[in-house]
Amino acid sequence: METRQTGENAIRVGFLVTASTSILVLFLILLFLFVEGLPIFQKVSVSRFLFGQEWYPTSSPPDFGIFPLLVASLAVTLLSAMMAIPLGVMTAIYLAEIASARIREVVKPVVELLAALPSVVIGFFGMVVVAPFLQEYLDLATGLNLFNASLMLAFMSVPTICSISEDAIYSVPRELKEASLALGATHWETILRVIFPASLSGISTAVILGMSRAIGETMVVLMVAGGAAIIPTGIFRPVRPMPASIAAEMAEAPFRGDHYYALFAIGMVLFVFTLCFNLMADHIAQKHKQVGAATL
Amino acid sequence: MKWTAMLFALIFMAGLGPASGVAGTLRIDGSTTVLPFAQKLVEAFMEKHPEMNISLSGGGSGNGIKALIDGTTNIANSSRFLKDEEVKLALERGVYPVPFAVAYDCIVPVAHPANPVTDLTMARLKAIYMGEIKNWKEIGGVDKEIIVVSRDTSSGTYEVWDEKVMRKERVFAGALLQASNGAVTQAVSRNKYALGYLGIGYLDKSVKALTVNGVPGNEETALSGQFPISRALFMFTKGWPTGDTLTFINYVLNPTKGQKLIREAGFVPLH
Repeated sequence: METRQTGENAIRVGFLVTASTSILVLFLILLFLFVEGLPIFQKVSVSRFLFGQEWYPTSSPPDFGIFPLLVASLAVTLLSAMMAIPLGVMTAIYLAEIASARIREVVKPVVELLAALPSVVIGFFGMVVVAPFLQEYLDLATGLNLFNASLMLAFMSVPTICSISEDAIYSVPRELKEASLALGATHWETILRVIFPASLSGISTAVILGMSRAIGETMVVLMVAGGAAIIPTGIFRPVRPMPASIAAEMAEAPFRGDHYYALFAIGMVLFVFTLCFNLMADHIAQKHKQVGAATL
Repeated sequence: MKWTAMLFALIFMAGLGPASGVAGTLRIDGSTTVLPFAQKLVEAFMEKHPEMNISLSGGGSGNGIKALIDGTTNIANSSRFLKDEEVKLALERGVYPVPFAVAYDCIVPVAHPANPVTDLTMARLKAIYMGEIKNWKEIGGVDKEIIVVSRDTSSGTYEVWDEKVMRKERVFAGALLQASNGAVTQAVSRNKYALGYLGIGYLDKSVKALTVNGVPGNEETALSGQFPISRALFMFTKGWPTGDTLTFINYVLNPTKGQKLIREAGFVPLH
């Protein structure tokens, strides 16, 4: 009896330690991020940093205004969401509601395989195939631009959006669907009026997680966004989102210099964005939790 | 308390062990510009000295110098001289980095092979990168917007460009930023109206090297100072080199050994 109790306790503690490890690691990384990022605000004010138009970290005197980078990140994320949401959600509806079991078995893993593609491969594809194509057929000045980056990011967020949405749609209680059909609604009406609203919270979560993946993605935007630190005037203009700037400049920034601190501060801004996205997703998931058919 | 102190000491010893000078091992870190010829140097050196074990990595000039100051590398490759902040940090830690110029690098403006423009003056290059000249027709080309390709502002290549061509003026924000010589080659070779710049070691047939003020960028013009955009590449050691570090530096500077390899790698040797 004694030994069983000890064994149970040991297992309990073991799991507790494992669970706290990831929290501890997250906490340490955050601490590091803020310790290395905050010193820049002794040199520039928070508003100058966030809304400054000029990003010239290495000239003397340097300018640390990340507004063009911030706008670029938001623009790329929004445009990619506009492409990825219809694609992801419609694929999910097709898979959960319309496709036969056999097609579903084939298509779902293939869509999820898209998530397994390394981002550098997607970036390479965008750079070598899509960029010259855009230049050629749309007669653009450069194929490395906002649109190209958004398209590549859409490829990356579709699997996330599709997979989570599909789970949400699939778990809509069967009674709801049956009731709708029994009342004489067609399959299409049932999907649009019953199943889609019932799974809306799950779909929203999927969309937000997909977008948070897009905003933090580095390799793709570094390779195909073009890298001009300007506020874009159109979707075919080159931009430089925040992660691209960090990745391109960090290796050569003098350790613990102002540039180094500024790059960490950009990391803080990025972190705040993804944190907001995740809190939003969590909030929606909690608030509109579907518990059985009665709550609809 | 004693326990934790001992634990820390152990961790530190484990972490710093290899760089703190076990005979026969060398660590080299730093500039990605230096990396291609450093790779050749290390390979040839290790062939002659099989007892030596050299690890080479290219984390960027800044990272290499930081590693030298921290004592985690023996030699730091750098495509630029030390910055003031780095000197300050080194002195704070009681470290005296010693520079050895090992080769010259020449930064050459490049365009798409189909572009009719073959020469640009320094003044025009500067005006293009400032965003004042925006169209190829202003400088004898076709009526198309110039796609200006530049490097990330903290790369050594950019710094040379900034120092030699821009001379205190800023590269305009509309320039495309690429993070490596390879990425610039990609961007320029795939865009007929692009203008970029590359280290001489990265020139290939996919792009066309332009002459500057009528002077082509090559070994002689870089060393003689005729070609206006060239710079020295350094290896820094922690204090005056001794032992294996000295043997390696001597090998690199030897005209019939290291310097020969540097030429073969497409850089400009000292002699």
